[in-house]
Amino acid sequence: MNALHALPEWAAILVALCLLAGALITLAGTIGLTRFPTFYQRIHAPTLGTSFGAAFILVASMIYFSVSEARPVLHELLILIFVTITTPITLMLLARAALYRDRAEGHDVAADAVEAERGETTGH
Amino acid sequence: MTRLFPYPLLWLSLLAMWLLLARSIDPGQLLLGAIVASLGCGAASALGLPRVRIRRFDLVLKLVALVLWDICRSNLAVLLLVLGRREPQSVFVTIPLELRDPNALAILACIITATPGSAWVSHSSTNNTVLVHVLDTGDGIAWAETIKRTYEALLLEIFR
Repeated sequence: MNALHALPEWAAILVALCLLAGALITLAGTIGLTRFPTFYQRIHAPTLGTSFGAAFILVASMIYFSVSEARPVLHELLILIFVTITTPITLMLLARAALYRDRAEGHDVAADAVEAERGETTGH
Repeated sequence: MTRLFPYPLLWLSLLAMWLLLARSIDPGQLLLGAIVASLGCGAASALGLPRVRIRRFDLVLKLVALVLWDICRSNLAVLLLVLGRREPQSVFVTIPLELRDPNALAILACIITATPGSAWVSHSSTNNTVLVHVLDTGDGIAWAETIKRTYEALLLEIFR
């Protein structure tokens, strides 16, 4: 715990605030997961955790290690990038599986999807 | 040049990743990173991945700023929705796209999914439409038009 005591006060406060914010946002995401009524609404809630929740916690980590090691520590950025580009894969897999099951059971939830018009930028 | 070096952006990204992970820019790490990046690009060309052709680098920054701003806004909106008592009004929206470049479509999918409140469900390559689920919107068509006007227009410019 020596490293924690060596941390200047402003950095400790900043790290604590970021960690708390990240944790609360992730908690809100999980609350949404249980609160929303349908499957398709539920898949949105955990995105709070993978976007701002993760970002705040990683910023806290970057500040903490940059200050305590007295040099910029930025490799947490990679976590954020990889989380962002891999989330759509599982999300699409889950959503498409649910859609497929709904269609197989005879109630196509996407059948009444509103359709936007093709923009005038099309060449044809 | 393109034969020898088919994925310059991927190569640079892999090198940057290696240097960030190694947390140094020693010549040794640079050499190792270059080897790893070349192996990665070799794998990409063995898989025949479509090349990224970025025409407007200046607009990439604009896109990143726009995405960050929208992620901020939608985080707040979903947060309020989760904590509030109001029931969300969800809709499925089918958006016809002009965008055909597979890399640009992948970026659009990441953007739409990374923003809380909207999820890319499925893309139909036959008629180039995408099914998106929007968590809370009064007007799904207006929402789709905003996506087309901002993100798709920008991506079309960048990848043209």
